[in-house]
Amino acid sequence: MSLITCRDLSLGYDGRAVVSGLSFSVEKGDYLCIVGENGSGKSTLIKTLLGLLPAVSGEITFGDNLKRFEIGYLPQQTEAQKDFPASVYEIVLSGCLNGCGFRPFYTKEQKKKSTGNMEKLGIADLAKRCYRELSGGQQQRVLLARALCATHRLLLLDEPTAGLDPNASADFYKLVSKLNLDDKITIIMISHDVATALAHASHILHIGNSKSQFFGKTDEYNKSDIGTSYICSCGGKHHERSN
Amino acid sequence: MNEVIEKLVLYFEYPFVRYAFVVVVLSALCSSLFGATLVLKRFSFIGDGLSHIAFGAIAIAAVLKLTNETVLVMPVTIVFAVLLLGMGQNTKIKGDAAIAMLSVGSLAVGYLLMNAFSTSSNIAGDVCTTLFGSTSILTISKTDLIVSVVASIIVIIIFFLTYNRIFAVTFDETFAKATGIRADFYNLLIAVVIAIIIVLAMNLVGSLLISALVIFPALSAMRVFGSFKSVIICSAVISVVCAAAGLVVSVLAGTTVGATIVVANIVVFGIFYTAGLVRR
Repeated sequence: MSLITCRDLSLGYDGRAVVSGLSFSVEKGDYLCIVGENGSGKSTLIKTLLGLLPAVSGEITFGDNLKRFEIGYLPQQTEAQKDFPASVYEIVLSGCLNGCGFRPFYTKEQKKKSTGNMEKLGIADLAKRCYRELSGGQQQRVLLARALCATHRLLLLDEPTAGLDPNASADFYKLVSKLNLDDKITIIMISHDVATALAHASHILHIGNSKSQFFGKTDEYNKSDIGTSYICSCGGKHHERSN
Repeated sequence: MNEVIEKLVLYFEYPFVRYAFVVVVLSALCSSLFGATLVLKRFSFIGDGLSHIAFGAIAIAAVLKLTNETVLVMPVTIVFAVLLLGMGQNTKIKGDAAIAMLSVGSLAVGYLLMNAFSTSSNIAGDVCTTLFGSTSILTISKTDLIVSVVASIIVIIIFFLTYNRIFAVTFDETFAKATGIRADFYNLLIAVVIAIIIVLAMNLVGSLLISALVIFPALSAMRVFGSFKSVIICSAVISVVCAAAGLVVSVLAGTTVGATIVVANIVVFGIFYTAGLVRR
Protein backbone atom coordinates (compact mmCIF):
# COMPACT_ATOMS: atom_id res chain seq x y z
CA MET A 1 0.00 0.00 0.00
CA SER A 2 1.15 3.53 -0.75
CA LEU A 3 2.57 5.63 2.05
CA ILE A 4 0.56 8.66 1.01
CA THR A 5 -2.27 8.79 -1.53
CA CYS A 6 -3.93 12.04 -2.61
CA ARG A 7 -7.08 11.99 -4.68
CA ASP A 8 -8.44 15.04 -6.50
CA LEU A 9 -7.00 17.36 -3.91
CA SER A 10 -7.73 21.09 -3.82
CA LEU A 11 -5.51 23.22 -1.66
CA GLY A 12 -5.68 26.77 -0.48
CA TYR A 13 -6.41 29.18 2.30
CA ASP A 14 -9.78 30.03 3.86
CA GLY A 15 -11.62 27.68 1.51
CA ARG A 16 -10.27 29.40 -1.61
CA ALA A 17 -8.32 26.97 -3.74
CA VAL A 18 -4.84 27.81 -5.04
CA VAL A 19 -4.39 24.43 -6.72
CA SER A 20 -7.02 21.89 -7.64
CA GLY A 21 -7.29 18.47 -9.19
CA LEU A 22 -4.11 17.17 -7.61
CA SER A 23 -3.77 13.37 -7.60
CA PHE A 24 -0.60 11.49 -6.78
CA SER A 25 0.76 8.76 -4.56
CA VAL A 26 4.04 8.21 -2.78
CA GLU A 27 5.40 4.70 -2.29
CA LYS A 28 7.85 3.60 0.33
CA GLY A 29 11.39 4.51 -0.73
CA ASP A 30 10.35 7.08 -3.34
CA TYR A 31 12.17 10.36 -3.82
CA LEU A 32 9.52 12.80 -4.96
CA CYS A 33 10.41 16.29 -6.07
CA ILE A 34 7.73 18.95 -6.25
CA VAL A 35 8.47 21.61 -8.85
CA GLY A 36 6.53 24.53 -10.26
CA GLU A 37 6.49 28.31 -10.52
CA ASN A 38 6.59 30.49 -7.42
CA GLY A 39 3.16 30.81 -5.89
CA SER A 40 1.88 27.66 -7.58
CA GLY A 41 1.05 26.08 -4.23
CA LYS A 42 4.07 23.90 -3.45
CA SER A 43 4.43 25.05 0.15
CA THR A 44 0.66 24.89 0.56
CA LEU A 45 0.78 21.23 -0.42
CA ILE A 46 3.49 20.52 2.18
CA LYS A 47 1.51 22.34 4.87
CA THR A 48 -1.59 20.35 3.99
CA LEU A 49 0.31 17.06 4.08
CA LEU A 50 1.60 18.00 7.53
CA GLY A 51 -1.91 18.76 8.72
CA LEU A 52 -1.14 22.44 9.35
CA LEU A 53 -3.79 23.44 6.83
CA PRO A 54 -7.07 21.69 6.02
CA ALA A 55 -7.52 20.61 2.41
CA VAL A 56 -10.23 22.56 0.55
CA SER A 57 -11.55 19.35 -0.96
CA GLY A 58 -10.38 15.87 -1.90
CA GLU A 59 -8.70 13.38 0.35
CA ILE A 60 -5.29 12.42 1.68
CA THR A 61 -4.83 8.90 3.01
CA PHE A 62 -1.84 7.69 4.95
CA GLY A 63 -1.11 4.03 4.34
CA ASP A 64 1.35 1.45 5.59
CA ASN A 65 0.59 2.37 9.19
CA LEU A 66 2.16 5.82 8.85
CA LYS A 67 1.07 7.96 11.75
CA ARG A 68 0.18 11.61 11.42
CA PHE A 69 3.13 12.90 13.50
CA GLU A 70 5.64 10.44 12.10
CA ILE A 71 6.72 12.88 9.40
CA GLY A 72 10.08 14.59 9.59
CA TYR A 73 9.74 18.17 8.38
CA LEU A 74 12.46 20.56 7.34
CA PRO A 75 10.85 23.99 7.10
CA GLN A 76 12.26 27.10 5.49
CA GLN A 77 14.30 29.02 8.01
CA THR A 78 12.68 31.93 9.78
CA GLU A 79 14.27 35.28 10.48
CA ALA A 80 14.08 34.73 14.26
CA GLN A 81 16.12 31.55 14.09
CA LYS A 82 19.14 33.30 12.68
CA ASP A 83 19.76 34.98 16.03
CA PHE A 84 18.55 32.20 18.31
CA PRO A 85 20.70 31.17 21.24
CA ALA A 86 20.44 27.38 21.16
CA SER A 87 23.02 24.63 20.98
CA VAL A 88 22.95 22.14 18.12
CA TYR A 89 22.19 19.31 20.54
CA GLU A 90 19.19 21.13 22.03
CA ILE A 91 17.71 21.68 18.58
CA VAL A 92 18.26 18.12 17.37
CA LEU A 93 16.82 16.70 20.59
CA SER A 94 13.66 18.81 20.19
CA GLY A 95 12.79 16.62 17.17
CA CYS A 96 12.13 13.76 19.61
CA LEU A 97 9.21 15.55 21.27
CA ASN A 98 6.59 13.73 19.20
CA GLY A 99 7.62 10.53 20.96
CA CYS A 100 7.21 12.02 24.42
CA GLY A 101 3.45 11.82 24.88
CA PHE A 102 2.70 13.48 28.20
CA ARG A 103 6.18 12.92 29.58
CA PRO A 104 7.79 16.31 30.25
CA PHE A 105 11.40 15.19 29.77
CA TYR A 106 13.43 13.19 27.24
CA THR A 107 14.39 9.56 27.79
CA LYS A 108 17.87 8.09 27.50
CA GLU A 109 16.96 6.36 24.23
CA GLN A 110 15.82 9.65 22.73
CA LYS A 111 19.10 11.30 23.70
CA LYS A 112 20.98 8.37 22.17
CA LYS A 113 18.91 8.67 19.00
CA SER A 114 19.76 12.38 18.72
CA THR A 115 23.46 11.71 19.13
CA GLY A 116 23.21 8.91 16.56
CA ASN A 117 21.54 11.19 14.03
CA MET A 118 24.14 13.90 14.55
CA GLU A 119 26.88 11.35 13.89
CA LYS A 120 25.09 10.12 10.78
CA LEU A 121 25.00 13.64 9.33
CA GLY A 122 28.54 14.48 10.38
CA ILE A 123 27.70 17.21 12.88
CA ALA A 124 28.50 15.34 16.11
CA ASP A 125 31.48 17.61 16.74
CA LEU A 126 29.20 20.67 16.57
CA ALA A 127 26.87 19.40 19.32
CA LYS A 128 27.76 22.12 21.82
CA ARG A 129 28.13 24.91 19.29
CA CYS A 130 25.62 27.70 19.04
CA TYR A 131 23.25 27.37 16.10
CA ARG A 132 23.49 31.03 15.04
CA GLU A 133 27.28 30.76 14.64
CA LEU A 134 27.10 27.93 12.09
CA SER A 135 27.28 28.23 8.30
CA GLY A 136 24.10 27.86 6.26
CA GLY A 137 25.00 24.31 5.20
CA GLN A 138 25.68 23.26 8.78
CA GLN A 139 22.41 24.79 9.93
CA GLN A 140 20.49 22.78 7.34
CA ARG A 141 22.20 19.61 8.55
CA VAL A 142 21.15 20.41 12.10
CA LEU A 143 17.53 20.82 11.00
CA LEU A 144 17.79 17.61 8.98
CA ALA A 145 19.07 15.75 12.05
CA ARG A 146 16.13 17.15 14.01
CA ALA A 147 13.71 15.96 11.33
CA LEU A 148 15.30 12.51 11.46
CA CYS A 149 14.61 12.40 15.19
CA ALA A 150 10.93 12.87 14.44
CA THR A 151 10.78 10.13 11.80
CA HIS A 152 12.59 7.17 10.38
CA ARG A 153 10.29 6.84 7.38
CA LEU A 154 9.28 10.06 5.66
CA LEU A 155 11.03 13.41 5.25
CA LEU A 156 9.36 16.55 3.91
CA LEU A 157 11.80 19.21 2.80
CA ASP A 158 10.77 22.74 1.82
CA GLU A 159 13.42 24.32 -0.42
CA PRO A 160 16.25 23.02 1.75
CA THR A 161 19.03 24.54 -0.32
CA ALA A 162 17.64 28.07 -0.59
CA GLY A 163 20.39 30.48 0.34
CA LEU A 164 23.17 27.88 0.33
CA ASP A 165 26.27 28.24 -1.82
CA PRO A 166 26.65 25.68 -4.66
CA ASN A 167 29.08 23.47 -2.74
CA ALA A 168 26.93 23.34 0.36
CA SER A 169 23.84 22.54 -1.69
CA ALA A 170 25.62 19.76 -3.58
CA ASP A 171 26.67 18.27 -0.24
CA PHE A 172 23.17 18.56 1.08
CA TYR A 173 21.63 16.83 -1.95
CA LYS A 174 24.17 14.04 -1.61
CA LEU A 175 23.22 13.58 2.03
CA VAL A 176 19.52 13.40 1.24
CA SER A 177 20.13 10.85 -1.54
CA LYS A 178 22.16 8.77 0.87
CA LEU A 179 19.33 8.76 3.41
CA ASN A 180 16.95 7.75 0.64
CA LEU A 181 19.11 4.91 -0.72
CA ASP A 182 20.82 3.57 2.42
CA ASP A 183 18.18 4.12 5.08
CA LYS A 184 15.16 3.69 2.76
CA ILE A 185 13.68 6.95 3.96
CA THR A 186 10.99 8.29 1.68
CA ILE A 187 11.68 11.87 0.56
CA ILE A 188 9.28 14.57 -0.55
CA MET A 189 11.12 17.75 -1.49
CA ILE A 190 10.20 21.12 -2.89
CA SER A 191 12.92 22.45 -5.09
CA HIS A 192 13.47 25.55 -7.17
CA ASP A 193 16.60 23.96 -8.58
CA VAL A 194 15.10 21.80 -11.33
CA ALA A 195 18.35 20.45 -12.76
CA THR A 196 19.43 18.97 -9.44
CA ALA A 197 15.94 17.79 -8.66
CA LEU A 198 15.89 15.81 -11.90
CA ALA A 199 19.28 14.34 -11.16
CA HIS A 200 18.23 12.92 -7.78
CA ALA A 201 14.49 12.35 -7.72
CA SER A 202 12.72 9.15 -8.71
CA HIS A 203 9.39 10.93 -9.24
CA ILE A 204 8.34 14.45 -10.15
CA LEU A 205 5.19 16.32 -9.26
CA HIS A 206 4.78 19.47 -11.32
CA ILE A 207 2.21 21.88 -9.94
CA GLY A 208 0.82 24.65 -12.08
CA ASN A 209 -2.59 25.72 -13.28
CA SER A 210 -4.99 22.85 -13.96
CA LYS A 211 -3.70 22.23 -17.49
CA SER A 212 -0.04 22.03 -16.64
CA GLN A 213 0.15 19.40 -13.99
CA PHE A 214 2.30 16.33 -14.10
CA PHE A 215 2.96 13.38 -11.87
CA GLY A 216 5.16 10.45 -12.82
CA LYS A 217 8.66 9.04 -13.03
CA THR A 218 11.52 11.45 -13.61
CA ASP A 219 12.46 10.10 -17.06
CA GLU A 220 8.83 10.40 -18.20
CA TYR A 221 8.85 14.01 -17.02
CA ASN A 222 11.97 14.68 -19.07
CA LYS A 223 10.12 13.55 -22.18
CA SER A 224 6.80 15.26 -21.42
CA ASP A 225 5.78 18.62 -22.91
CA ILE A 226 5.39 20.25 -19.51
CA GLY A 227 8.77 18.95 -18.46
CA THR A 228 10.71 20.08 -21.50
CA SER A 229 9.23 23.56 -21.57
CA TYR A 230 9.70 24.06 -17.80
CA ILE A 231 13.27 22.79 -17.87
CA CYS A 232 14.04 25.17 -20.73
CA SER A 233 12.55 28.18 -18.95
CA CYS A 234 14.37 27.35 -15.72
CA GLY A 235 17.61 26.65 -17.51
CA GLY A 236 17.34 30.13 -19.01
CA LYS A 237 16.73 31.70 -15.63
CA HIS A 238 19.55 29.76 -14.12
CA HIS A 239 21.88 31.09 -16.73
CA GLU A 240 20.85 34.68 -16.07
CA ARG A 241 21.45 34.26 -12.35
CA SER A 242 24.95 32.97 -12.83
CA ASN A 243 25.91 36.03 -14.85
CA MET B 1 31.88 49.29 56.08
CA ASN B 2 30.85 48.15 59.55
CA GLU B 3 28.26 50.87 59.65
CA VAL B 4 26.76 49.60 56.43
CA ILE B 5 26.52 46.05 57.74
CA GLU B 6 25.05 47.23 61.02
CA LYS B 7 22.46 49.23 59.18
CA LEU B 8 21.55 46.23 57.04
CA VAL B 9 21.30 43.94 60.07
CA LEU B 10 19.07 46.47 61.74
CA TYR B 11 16.80 46.66 58.73
CA PHE B 12 16.59 42.92 58.29
CA GLU B 13 15.34 42.59 61.84
CA TYR B 14 12.04 44.02 60.64
CA PRO B 15 9.80 41.28 59.26
CA PHE B 16 8.52 43.46 56.39
CA VAL B 17 12.05 43.95 55.11
CA ARG B 18 12.58 40.19 55.11
CA TYR B 19 9.23 39.71 53.36
CA ALA B 20 10.20 42.30 50.79
CA PHE B 21 13.47 40.52 50.21
CA VAL B 22 11.79 37.15 49.63
CA VAL B 23 9.17 38.66 47.32
CA VAL B 24 11.75 40.61 45.34
CA VAL B 25 13.98 37.58 44.80
CA LEU B 26 11.10 35.29 43.84
CA SER B 27 9.49 37.74 41.41
CA ALA B 28 12.84 38.43 39.82
CA LEU B 29 13.43 34.71 39.37
CA CYS B 30 10.00 34.07 37.83
CA SER B 31 10.13 37.02 35.49
CA SER B 32 13.54 36.04 34.17
CA LEU B 33 12.53 32.42 33.41
CA PHE B 34 10.09 33.43 30.70
CA GLY B 35 12.08 36.47 29.57
CA ALA B 36 14.11 34.66 26.94
CA THR B 37 11.01 33.08 25.41
CA LEU B 38 9.25 36.42 25.32
CA VAL B 39 12.14 38.15 23.61
CA LEU B 40 12.78 35.35 21.12
CA LYS B 41 9.14 34.89 20.20
CA ARG B 42 8.90 38.66 19.64
CA PHE B 43 6.32 38.80 22.42
CA SER B 44 7.97 41.63 24.37
CA PHE B 45 5.11 43.92 23.39
CA ILE B 46 2.69 41.67 25.28
CA GLY B 47 4.60 42.23 28.51
CA ASP B 48 4.57 45.96 27.97
CA GLY B 49 0.91 46.11 26.99
CA LEU B 50 -0.13 43.97 29.94
CA SER B 51 1.61 46.13 32.49
CA HIS B 52 -0.38 49.15 31.32
CA ILE B 53 -3.58 47.17 31.49
CA ALA B 54 -2.70 46.06 35.00
CA PHE B 55 -2.35 49.76 35.90
CA GLY B 56 -5.87 50.41 34.67
CA ALA B 57 -7.12 47.43 36.67
CA ILE B 58 -5.42 48.71 39.81
CA ALA B 59 -7.10 52.07 39.37
CA ILE B 60 -10.48 50.37 39.10
CA ALA B 61 -9.71 48.30 42.19
CA ALA B 62 -8.80 51.47 44.06
CA VAL B 63 -12.04 53.16 43.02
CA LEU B 64 -14.03 50.12 44.12
CA LYS B 65 -12.07 50.26 47.40
CA LEU B 66 -11.10 46.60 47.23
CA THR B 67 -8.91 45.57 50.14
CA ASN B 68 -7.05 43.01 48.06
CA GLU B 69 -6.40 44.42 44.59
CA THR B 70 -4.96 41.18 43.23
CA VAL B 71 -8.42 39.58 43.18
CA LEU B 72 -9.45 41.97 40.42
CA VAL B 73 -6.12 42.77 38.78
CA MET B 74 -5.03 39.17 38.23
CA PRO B 75 -8.08 37.94 36.27
CA VAL B 76 -8.34 41.15 34.22
CA THR B 77 -4.69 40.95 33.23
CA ILE B 78 -4.97 37.26 32.31
CA VAL B 79 -8.02 37.93 30.12
CA PHE B 80 -6.17 40.70 28.29
CA ALA B 81 -3.09 38.51 27.92
CA VAL B 82 -5.21 36.05 25.96
CA LEU B 83 -6.72 38.88 23.87
CA LEU B 84 -3.34 40.50 23.15
CA LEU B 85 -1.89 37.18 22.06
CA GLY B 86 -4.71 36.79 19.57
CA MET B 87 -4.09 40.29 18.20
CA GLY B 88 -0.32 39.90 18.09
CA GLN B 89 -0.51 36.78 15.96
CA ASN B 90 -2.49 38.73 13.45
CA THR B 91 0.59 39.76 11.53
CA LYS B 92 -1.08 42.81 10.00
CA ILE B 93 -0.15 46.21 11.44
CA LYS B 94 -3.68 46.39 12.73
CA GLY B 95 -2.87 44.02 15.60
CA ASP B 96 0.15 46.06 16.54
CA ALA B 97 -1.81 49.30 16.58
CA ALA B 98 -4.62 47.71 18.56
CA ILE B 99 -2.18 46.76 21.28
CA ALA B 100 -0.75 50.26 21.44
CA MET B 101 -4.28 51.63 21.61
CA LEU B 102 -5.27 49.27 24.39
CA SER B 103 -2.23 49.95 26.55
CA VAL B 104 -2.31 53.74 26.23
CA GLY B 105 -6.07 53.67 26.66
CA SER B 106 -5.89 51.76 29.92
CA LEU B 107 -3.22 54.15 31.21
CA ALA B 108 -5.47 57.12 30.50
CA VAL B 109 -8.60 55.53 31.93
CA GLY B 110 -6.68 54.40 35.01
CA TYR B 111 -5.29 57.88 35.66
CA LEU B 112 -8.67 59.48 35.06
CA LEU B 113 -10.41 57.14 37.49
CA MET B 114 -7.78 57.63 40.15
CA ASN B 115 -8.08 61.40 39.88
CA ALA B 116 -11.84 61.51 39.74
CA PHE B 117 -12.74 59.07 42.48
CA SER B 118 -9.79 58.71 44.77
CA THR B 119 -10.35 59.78 48.37
CA SER B 120 -6.64 59.80 49.06
CA SER B 121 -5.02 63.13 49.86
CA ASN B 122 -1.96 62.29 47.82
CA ILE B 123 -3.18 61.29 44.37
CA ALA B 124 0.06 62.15 42.61
CA GLY B 125 1.93 59.96 45.08
CA ASP B 126 -0.48 57.07 44.55
CA VAL B 127 -0.19 57.26 40.77
CA CYS B 128 3.56 57.50 40.97
CA THR B 129 3.72 54.44 43.22
CA THR B 130 1.59 52.39 40.83
CA LEU B 131 3.67 53.45 37.85
CA PHE B 132 7.17 53.27 39.30
CA GLY B 133 6.84 51.13 42.43
CA SER B 134 7.07 52.16 46.04
CA THR B 135 9.36 55.03 46.85
CA SER B 136 10.88 53.52 49.98
CA ILE B 137 11.11 50.07 51.47
CA LEU B 138 7.99 48.16 50.72
CA THR B 139 5.10 47.61 53.01
CA ILE B 140 4.42 43.99 52.33
CA SER B 141 1.93 42.11 54.50
CA LYS B 142 2.05 38.44 55.32
CA THR B 143 -0.85 37.78 52.91
CA ASP B 144 1.11 39.44 50.08
CA LEU B 145 4.05 37.25 50.97
CA ILE B 146 2.01 34.04 50.86
CA VAL B 147 0.32 34.97 47.57
CA SER B 148 3.68 35.75 46.04
CA VAL B 149 5.36 32.56 47.26
CA VAL B 150 2.52 30.32 46.07
CA ALA B 151 2.28 31.99 42.66
CA SER B 152 6.05 31.86 42.21
CA ILE B 153 6.17 28.16 43.01
CA ILE B 154 3.38 27.51 40.50
CA VAL B 155 5.19 29.50 37.82
CA ILE B 156 8.47 27.69 38.46
CA ILE B 157 6.81 24.25 38.35
CA ILE B 158 5.00 25.11 35.10
CA PHE B 159 8.28 26.25 33.61
CA PHE B 160 10.16 23.09 34.51
CA LEU B 161 7.43 20.75 33.29
CA THR B 162 6.97 22.51 29.96
CA TYR B 163 10.58 23.55 29.41
CA ASN B 164 11.27 21.24 26.45
CA ARG B 165 8.01 22.10 24.73
CA ILE B 166 8.45 25.82 25.30
CA PHE B 167 11.87 25.53 23.70
CA ALA B 168 10.43 23.71 20.69
CA VAL B 169 7.59 26.21 20.25
CA THR B 170 9.96 29.16 20.67
CA PHE B 171 12.57 27.90 18.23
CA ASP B 172 10.29 26.68 15.47
CA GLU B 173 6.55 26.87 15.82
CA THR B 174 5.80 25.29 12.43
CA PHE B 175 7.97 22.25 13.09
CA ALA B 176 6.52 21.91 16.58
CA LYS B 177 2.99 21.95 15.17
CA ALA B 178 3.93 19.44 12.48
CA THR B 179 5.21 17.03 15.11
CA GLY B 180 1.98 17.25 17.05
CA ILE B 181 2.77 19.82 19.74
CA ARG B 182 -0.20 22.05 20.43
CA ALA B 183 1.71 25.25 19.82
CA ASP B 184 -1.35 27.48 20.30
CA PHE B 185 -1.89 26.02 23.75
CA TYR B 186 1.69 26.73 24.75
CA ASN B 187 1.50 30.28 23.39
CA LEU B 188 -1.57 30.76 25.53
CA LEU B 189 0.18 29.26 28.54
CA ILE B 190 3.12 31.62 28.05
CA ALA B 191 0.81 34.64 27.85
CA VAL B 192 -1.12 33.63 30.97
CA VAL B 193 2.05 32.99 32.97
CA ILE B 194 3.45 36.34 31.87
CA ALA B 195 0.25 37.99 33.11
CA ILE B 196 0.68 36.31 36.51
CA ILE B 197 4.32 37.37 36.71
CA ILE B 198 3.51 40.96 35.82
CA VAL B 199 0.84 41.27 38.48
CA LEU B 200 3.18 39.66 41.00
CA ALA B 201 6.12 41.90 40.36
CA MET B 202 4.18 45.08 39.79
CA ASN B 203 3.95 46.06 43.45
CA LEU B 204 7.70 45.98 43.46
CA VAL B 205 8.82 47.95 40.46
CA GLY B 206 5.58 49.49 39.28
CA SER B 207 3.75 48.96 36.03
CA LEU B 208 6.00 51.07 33.80
CA LEU B 209 9.17 49.32 34.85
CA ILE B 210 8.05 45.70 35.03
CA SER B 211 8.93 44.92 31.41
CA ALA B 212 12.53 45.73 32.24
CA LEU B 213 12.57 42.96 34.82
CA VAL B 214 11.32 40.50 32.22
CA ILE B 215 13.48 41.35 29.22
CA PHE B 216 16.76 42.83 30.53
CA PRO B 217 18.21 39.66 32.12
CA ALA B 218 17.37 37.60 29.03
CA LEU B 219 18.89 40.17 26.65
CA SER B 220 22.05 40.34 28.76
CA ALA B 221 22.42 36.55 28.89
CA MET B 222 21.83 36.24 25.13
CA ARG B 223 24.82 38.51 24.45
CA VAL B 224 27.20 35.95 25.92
CA PHE B 225 25.68 32.48 25.99
CA GLY B 226 24.95 30.22 23.04
CA SER B 227 22.61 27.56 24.36
CA PHE B 228 19.02 27.98 25.48
CA LYS B 229 19.62 26.30 28.83
CA SER B 230 22.63 28.46 29.69
CA VAL B 231 20.72 31.59 28.64
CA ILE B 232 17.87 30.68 31.00
CA ILE B 233 20.17 29.86 33.91
CA CYS B 234 22.27 32.96 33.37
CA SER B 235 19.27 35.27 33.11
CA ALA B 236 17.82 33.79 36.31
CA VAL B 237 21.11 34.45 38.11
CA ILE B 238 21.41 37.98 36.70
CA SER B 239 17.83 38.77 37.62
CA VAL B 240 18.10 37.51 41.21
CA VAL B 241 21.47 39.17 41.82
CA CYS B 242 20.29 42.49 40.37
CA ALA B 243 17.08 42.39 42.38
CA ALA B 244 18.85 41.57 45.63
CA ALA B 245 21.57 44.14 45.03
CA GLY B 246 18.99 46.74 44.00
CA LEU B 247 16.98 46.15 47.14
CA VAL B 248 20.02 46.39 49.42
CA VAL B 249 21.20 49.58 47.75
CA SER B 250 17.75 51.11 47.95
CA VAL B 251 17.59 50.28 51.67
CA LEU B 252 20.99 51.80 52.36
CA ALA B 253 20.81 54.80 50.09
CA GLY B 254 17.10 55.40 50.42
CA THR B 255 16.49 55.24 46.68
CA THR B 256 13.32 53.85 45.14
CA VAL B 257 13.32 50.06 44.94
CA GLY B 258 12.00 49.53 41.40
CA ALA B 259 14.19 52.07 39.65
CA THR B 260 17.28 50.89 41.51
CA ILE B 261 16.69 47.29 40.41
CA VAL B 262 16.18 48.35 36.82
CA VAL B 263 19.36 50.47 36.89
CA ALA B 264 21.25 47.45 38.23
CA ASN B 265 19.92 45.46 35.25
CA ILE B 266 21.01 48.18 32.83
CA VAL B 267 24.53 48.13 34.28
CA VAL B 268 24.70 44.34 33.93
CA PHE B 269 23.44 44.59 30.35
CA GLY B 270 26.25 47.04 29.58
CA ILE B 271 28.81 44.63 31.01
CA PHE B 272 27.43 41.63 29.12
CA TYR B 273 27.12 43.60 25.90
CA THR B 274 30.80 44.50 26.08
CA ALA B 275 31.71 40.93 27.01
CA GLY B 276 29.75 39.70 24.00
CA LEU B 277 31.64 42.06 21.67
CA VAL B 278 34.98 40.92 23.06
CA ARG B 279 34.00 37.26 22.70
CA ARG B 280 33.21 37.49 19.02
